Amino acid sequence: MAKTNSSKTGTPAARLEVLKTYKIYIGGQFPRTESGRFYSPLDRSGKKLANVCLSSRKDFRDAVIAARGAVGGWAGRAAFNRSQILYRMAEMLEGRKAQFIDELLLQDTSPEAATREVGLAIDRLIYYAGWCDKYQQVFSAVNPVASSHFNFSVTEPVGVVAVIAPQGDSLLGLVSVIAPVIAGGNSCVVLASENKPLCAVTFAEVLHSSDLPAGVVNILTGRVTELAPFFADHMDVNATIYAGNDTSTRQLVETKATGNLKRVFVYDTVNWYADEGQSPYYILDTQEIKTTWHPIENIAGAGGGY
Amino acid sequence: MAAIQQAPLPDFSNSPRIDQVGVEERAARFTKRSIKDEAKENGLKLVLNMIDLTTLEGKDTEGKVKQLCYKAIHPHDQLPGLPTVAAICVYPSMVKTARRALGDSGIRVASVATAFPSGQAPRDLKIRDTKYAVAEGADEVDMVISRGRFHMGEYNFVYDEIAAVKEACGEARLKVILETGELGSLDKVRRASDIAMQAGADFIKTSTGKIQPAATMPVTLVMLEAIRDHYYKTGVMTGMKPAGGISKSKLALHYLVMVKEVLGDAWLSNEWFRFGASSLANDVLMQLAKAETGVYQSPNYFSAD
Repeated sequence: MAKTNSSKTGTPAARLEVLKTYKIYIGGQFPRTESGRFYSPLDRSGKKLANVCLSSRKDFRDAVIAARGAVGGWAGRAAFNRSQILYRMAEMLEGRKAQFIDELLLQDTSPEAATREVGLAIDRLIYYAGWCDKYQQVFSAVNPVASSHFNFSVTEPVGVVAVIAPQGDSLLGLVSVIAPVIAGGNSCVVLASENKPLCAVTFAEVLHSSDLPAGVVNILTGRVTELAPFFADHMDVNATIYAGNDTSTRQLVETKATGNLKRVFVYDTVNWYADEGQSPYYILDTQEIKTTWHPIENIAGAGGGY
Repeated sequence: MAAIQQAPLPDFSNSPRIDQVGVEERAARFTKRSIKDEAKENGLKLVLNMIDLTTLEGKDTEGKVKQLCYKAIHPHDQLPGLPTVAAICVYPSMVKTARRALGDSGIRVASVATAFPSGQAPRDLKIRDTKYAVAEGADEVDMVISRGRFHMGEYNFVYDEIAAVKEACGEARLKVILETGELGSLDKVRRASDIAMQAGADFIKTSTGKIQPAATMPVTLVMLEAIRDHYYKTGVMTGMKPAGGISKSKLALHYLVMVKEVLGDAWLSNEWFRFGASSLANDVLMQLAKAETGVYQSPNYFSAD
């Protein structure tokens, strides 16, 4: 290679870095918030992390429309295909591990903890990828009945799920609440950690390149206090998950969710690093059990039977 | 070859040429108006009151039409004080059913006619189609123009046909569908509008809803301007009905802004302006319910028809 003459062109260190714009993720696109607002989360030393979209209720409304549009197709996919896509998400996350570690470091995580968190997040996706086509067998049943019916109960996704993600573990917590929801065939709108939103936006880019259909996962950044009421009272949302432990927010969510009797789940004390951080029962939370009475001939008299 | 006819009519090929770029920019500007709170609520109620609730499908049944008529009278009983829609729009074979179901509610029955949606039928059939619809009880007739003849330059044919159907309508008001998605350019939209109004149309209407693109803001703007010019020239008011593709309340409000700014308040009633739509009504109702309750609504809680 020819030797470059750096004395004339200046040193590479003088280059001005291009900073990333952290935008929200709605319907498979990365718009800015419709409100045009932003906020600047700080790290522990008071340094600005980035300018991040301060999402409004209208962003949430748009995201719910996207999620509602996506849920039919996503729920209708073969369970095995959903499994493949969750696995693909893990692959993509693995490939961008370094970027996530960097962002976790910016958000005051120690190097060891950051490496561990990203690794666990990848493993969690693999875990739920495995469950995609198996939870149905675990949670469904053929029921004994006293009439001439074949009676069975099966799981069905509830539909659109609004999720307020954990504030602390900004990547692992986010992945741990999203994965079981979409593994079960739901779509979701997620509010990322308010003070540590960087990973969430980058995770949206991972989703975007994982064959996940647009609108299945929508990620907003902003204030919990501002958006929580809408996460709870939107009539077109079928379930709300609050992964936090603020009592007043919890009460607000539970009260407002009564408007359309949506399901509310509060994951307030879960340690996402421990075994309790992953379980098929998280999938079951956003499933409905549908029971079918299928008439059959009265064949018991002939010696047969179910 | 058809002989060139001479008739005492204006030369329609002299209709004003349309500046497409200008029209699109102007139409885009109507979407920038901010309509909030009380103005929005009143606007939405006006939109609801201007809707021609439509079902035009091969699979229409009497049950479906009755259900739609019930929806027209009772848009959403949880919200008291709502206006009804303006009319029900059906095929001629369903007019009697609709007439009976609507009773004395004041809601009109509009019927498409003249071999809707293609209009490819001889004139005597079109006239019979129209007379049948009117005899069954239609208050309004939505006819389609012969787009093929229009493209062949036989403007007199198109004119005569509209005039003949108008005569067959008797008391019923005539809406003339230009099917702008098949006309090809804004110049031709303007020309077809001029022909229809000259021939006696009470309303001009963009589309059948069967062809894409259906109603768009630029096309509607061109037609509104044609109505304005016709009014200045003759003193005769003509109604406007964009149809197809308007399914969101926000867009409907933009249309109202356009009507107000082009034609003025006189046209802001369902006597002179209509929306041909089926899903718009529910979106309007959802917005009104949102204004009432403060909670974003779900289509699950609004009757489908």
